[in-house]
Amino acid sequence: MAALLAALLRIGFLCRKELLALLKEPSSRVILLAPALVQSLLFGYAATFEVTHAPYAVLDQSGGAAAAEVLRRLDGSTTFERTATLRSASEIAGAIDDGGALLVVVFPADFERRLAMGVPAPLQLILDGRNSSTAAAASAHVGTIVANFNAARGAFQPVTLERRIWYNPNLHSSWGIMPNLIAALSMIQTLLIAALSVAREREQGTFDQLLVTPLTPMLILVGKAIPAILVGLAQSTIILLVIRYWFGIPMHGSPWLLYFGLVTFTIAAVGIGLAVSALSLNMQQAMLYTFMIIMPLMLLSGLLTPVRNMPQALQIATWANPLRFGMDLVRRVYLEGAGLRDVAIDFVPLVCIAAVTLPLAAWLFRNRLS
Amino acid sequence: MTEAAIVATGLCRAFPAPGGAAVQAVADLSFQTRSGDLVALVGPDGAGKTTLLRMLAGLLRPDAGSLSVLGIDVAADPQAVQDRISYMPQRFGLYEDLSVAENLDLYADLHGVRTEVRRERFASLLAMTDLARFTLRPAGQLSGGMKQKLGLACTLVRSPALLLLDEPSVGVDPLSRRDLWRIIDRLVRDEALSVVVSTAYMDEAERCAHVLVLHEGRLLAQGTPEELRARAAGYTFTAAPAPGMAARALQARLIDARDLIVDAVPQGGAVRFISVPGADAASLRPLLDDAVVTVRQEELEDAFMMLLRERQRERGAVPSAQVRERPAGNDDEAPVIVVRDLVRRFGDFTAVASTSFDVRRGEIFGLLGPNGAGKTTTFRMLCGLLPASSGHLEVAGLDLRRARAEARARIGYVAQKFALYGSLTVRENLQFFGGAYGLRGAALRARIDATLAQFGLDPAARSGELPGGFKQRLAMAAGLLHEPEILFLDEPTSGIDPLARRDFWRTITALAARGVTIVVTTHFMEEAEYCDRIAIQDAGRMLALGTPRQVREQAAQDGGAAVDDMDSAFIAIVERGRRAAGTEAAA
Amino acid sequence: MSGGAAGFHRRCRALLRKELRQMLRDRTTLAVGLLLPLVLILLFGYGLSFDVKDAPVAVVLEDTSPTARDVTAGLAGSPYLAPVWTPWMDDAVARMRRGEVAAIVRVPQDFSRALAGGGARVQLLLNGADPTTASALEGYVGGAIGTWAGHRAGRAAGKEAAGGIVQVEPRIWFNEANTSTWYLVPGLLVLVLTLVGAFLTSLLIAREWERGTLESLFVTPVRPAEIVLCKLAPFLLIGAIDIVMCLLAARFLFHVPMRGSLSVILVSSMLYLAVSLLLGLAISGITRNQFKASQVALLASFMPAMMLSGFVFDLRNVLLIVQVVSQLLPATHFMALVKTLFLAGDNWRLIARECAIMLLYVGVLFTVTCRTLRKRLD
Repeated sequence: MAALLAALLRIGFLCRKELLALLKEPSSRVILLAPALVQSLLFGYAATFEVTHAPYAVLDQSGGAAAAEVLRRLDGSTTFERTATLRSASEIAGAIDDGGALLVVVFPADFERRLAMGVPAPLQLILDGRNSSTAAAASAHVGTIVANFNAARGAFQPVTLERRIWYNPNLHSSWGIMPNLIAALSMIQTLLIAALSVAREREQGTFDQLLVTPLTPMLILVGKAIPAILVGLAQSTIILLVIRYWFGIPMHGSPWLLYFGLVTFTIAAVGIGLAVSALSLNMQQAMLYTFMIIMPLMLLSGLLTPVRNMPQALQIATWANPLRFGMDLVRRVYLEGAGLRDVAIDFVPLVCIAAVTLPLAAWLFRNRLS
Repeated sequence: MTEAAIVATGLCRAFPAPGGAAVQAVADLSFQTRSGDLVALVGPDGAGKTTLLRMLAGLLRPDAGSLSVLGIDVAADPQAVQDRISYMPQRFGLYEDLSVAENLDLYADLHGVRTEVRRERFASLLAMTDLARFTLRPAGQLSGGMKQKLGLACTLVRSPALLLLDEPSVGVDPLSRRDLWRIIDRLVRDEALSVVVSTAYMDEAERCAHVLVLHEGRLLAQGTPEELRARAAGYTFTAAPAPGMAARALQARLIDARDLIVDAVPQGGAVRFISVPGADAASLRPLLDDAVVTVRQEELEDAFMMLLRERQRERGAVPSAQVRERPAGNDDEAPVIVVRDLVRRFGDFTAVASTSFDVRRGEIFGLLGPNGAGKTTTFRMLCGLLPASSGHLEVAGLDLRRARAEARARIGYVAQKFALYGSLTVRENLQFFGGAYGLRGAALRARIDATLAQFGLDPAARSGELPGGFKQRLAMAAGLLHEPEILFLDEPTSGIDPLARRDFWRTITALAARGVTIVVTTHFMEEAEYCDRIAIQDAGRMLALGTPRQVREQAAQDGGAAVDDMDSAFIAIVERGRRAAGTEAAA
Repeated sequence: MSGGAAGFHRRCRALLRKELRQMLRDRTTLAVGLLLPLVLILLFGYGLSFDVKDAPVAVVLEDTSPTARDVTAGLAGSPYLAPVWTPWMDDAVARMRRGEVAAIVRVPQDFSRALAGGGARVQLLLNGADPTTASALEGYVGGAIGTWAGHRAGRAAGKEAAGGIVQVEPRIWFNEANTSTWYLVPGLLVLVLTLVGAFLTSLLIAREWERGTLESLFVTPVRPAEIVLCKLAPFLLIGAIDIVMCLLAARFLFHVPMRGSLSVILVSSMLYLAVSLLLGLAISGITRNQFKASQVALLASFMPAMMLSGFVFDLRNVLLIVQVVSQLLPATHFMALVKTLFLAGDNWRLIARECAIMLLYVGVLFTVTCRTLRKRLD
């Protein structure tokens, strides 16, 4: 018991030292906390696939009332904004190439006639494919507007599709990305700080002084892990608050479960960082290894593109990616209100990663000599 | 007519301190130096020597006053000054990935040294620094002292009009120091070089034409060495202790009597001391006991100590006895440190070749040797930081590399390079290391306050920004917080001014008297005299082992005259060893 | 001896030699500089895709008549959907909660009757937590059902459309294959150069400050501009190799068309590389501390390039301040240029404008970095 107390006390000293070194200078504090705030705000606004006020140009070769009606609906929507009315087909290339128009709506000359005859009348859309997601979204919007036009004209629709959306009634694309940022953004810096921690001491020569003291590698490890975890949690909290209160995305799950998951995730991330740090002989190496690791971790986590879309081999590889499970856990708890049983499976890989990397780091402390 | 090399008038420079108040590094400094002169800057740590040199080099702008170097106003056109001077900072930044030769080439190119001149210049520089064998080795793999020598060589790739050296001989062994000064002397003589060198070695200051004594940013005194020496005339003596009494013990007694004795230092088995002016012989008698006192010639160091003592405020008392009382071990007891056939190889380079020695409890053991001899490597093996390639070593009966963590609580280690957290304050560093060693609460606070007072440290100062000597003191303080039984000190006094060195050794001898075992390395050969036994290593091999007297005798035999100071003894032994190795290699 | 063009050349040669040596001896930097692009190329090309394929969709047939089965048969044929049939709604809901299926298609019990009567309904439940997939699924399911309805209308002679209906025919320019790979891979070039620039150079100057080598350098005749130039040069070399790697991969591995002229692509890539490297140097020079520099470099490079440069998200219509930030990023300009050059072709107005902006960045960043190396220690 006394030994445990003594150990805890020493960990306390280690944490205090580490936090002082991290937070002493005002500029260090700013670098640790401001990016989370700034990034969550910026990316929250940027991360949308929605099309609003998309500039479009129109070439009406039919000149009829139906075309005018369709255009009235297009102009009346907030999705589209007419920037140009073209007079000939030769102007289409110019309208799109310069990026002025995202799409050009072309009513062929026989549009009116075909409708009057009761025959399907094609409406041409020419889209700028340089961003295919936006193009697809714009195309879908036009499709909806046209469908409404068809319905208003009394066209017969034998089957209507009734949609109901869980958790995100207006299907905001940003709602799908932002809860992911809680885990993703904080992982970047947490991983880097953990990765640099030991390397910095090695480079400055203080690590030897630490190893000469009665502190065991395990104690040193815990003393480095805890401050990094605290920083990570602070960042996650900032992002969470921005998402909840600034962007107003409702949280359906239990905050306790959310934080439990975040803590486990952060521990796994810090474990990887410390293993990298113990392996590196100086800060340059630590930083480079971190960059190398962060890329695949971020890209293969499901942050921007679903894991489901990846080839099978890569999907298996993501089982070693804490971000995938951390993000999944946080999003399911936040947006879907998932309970412990639903997300329990996510904890398993996180715990495994932590259980492998932390002891490895401790072993490398002593045995990694230049 | 020799024009002025440097004209300084009313120089002032302050730095903002963390608390908000400014620290006046240089205050109202005015002096002149003549071209072709060798000028020494001496003074305790934090006196402003580095700040002054940086201002001379155009790297810092004075807050007030005017400074002209070689006739150029430094503040107005620093680049013009930099084109004509060479400056060696206290810690010369070498490119660690580049080899010795590549570093030299780089600086030669940057300074525009022509190729014809370069070859001859490099040859003499490499010979002087004894780095000719290492031209292809990456600078990062050199030992601390060798790096310092290489830094000096890179500074001397060309002969500028003015040479600025900031403590060039810190960490440099006596052999190389001697060679270094040979080159500087030659440069001054042959090329009419003006040199300003800041140094903590008084014997170096003696060779200079002009000496400036700085203290807390002000000029305390200036003049030729003779003029300054005169201040100590009549107060300098040597006391040979009565038989049976160690010189160290007499020295301790003398130096503790602060109102009668300005300074006392062991040398050659006796004790040199300076009496306070006005102290009469009668009051000194009880201190000296049966010691035989002779008058001696005054030296610059004596004058310096007197000047400083006049100005120095009283330091805290020598640490009181909170340590477990344990008498010094006798011969029957097992040695506390055992080293047998210790070898350490790095690839095909043998850093330590089959070293063996013992250290008894309560002993002060000195490990001496030129740079690159393997001292730091041996230390690191003893502390458990580095595994031995082969051989046997024991510290307090344990192999520290495999020992449980608690065993490490009994030793203290002060590294050669500053190894504490630069961004933390002095107090925070001490709190951490005290806590790491298991101190806490009131006990921790008490120990911290005691060491702060003992070493004269400002608790709120940022550790990374302390002057070099204060950093050493802080490192010592951190090593002593937990009152270890065994203390490893790797060049603990390099860069510290003579005053602080005395106090430091007083602390060490007091600790030894209480049974603490101390293993120390140093380049100040007179400090070897504080040791009970010393060992001299070179190129990983043990050349001499014994008491200081025995080593001096060993140096004297076989061709040398009677050697009464450690410096010459050291040089003699090492050179003899190298000649022997050379003949072995040739045979 | 120290002035003039001769001095400049000699000093630059010496510094260049030093930087090259340091770079070549630092194996890790070299390895990462050449490996990271490779890793990214593979990840982007094979790992990332916005295209929904084989999305698992639960199909609940509460009406087991042949008509109902017929409706949903069309779902199985779609390459985008992978239907999972289950008879009970509760089961489907549980699966969706567990994340096993992305949507639920429910054909209610009265479907066939309602269809005969004039209007039937099919329910589609989507998981809004993944809005992108949800929108896409809505489109595919709606399309599959609409096609079925169209065929049925064609077969059933009785029911006539009351008039023509408008059919949308989309044509996507520049990305005829309509795969996200085509627009991800050009963005890859931007990302690789942004990251390479950030991590290759961001520790260089900070390391020299921390090790004290700059103080020794300052008192030589070397000028700040020379130091910066010589730090830049070796990494332009590595970056050039990376550019070639990316272009080769784009052309031969991913078959992304390169409709613009190759020389323009190369020149503008080198220009952006210089911007990226200088940004790293500037960060290094300003922070003077490796720990901070690496954090700032990572934060300023990766996520902004991913999120704010127009790579994935079209930022035409977001909040003004976000657009401003996006326009300030050099990555945004190069991204626009690269996408056009690859997928559209040479557009000289665009080329001129974006290259001018990048040149401006080079000038500004170079000056800033030089200022941080002013030979003053205070």
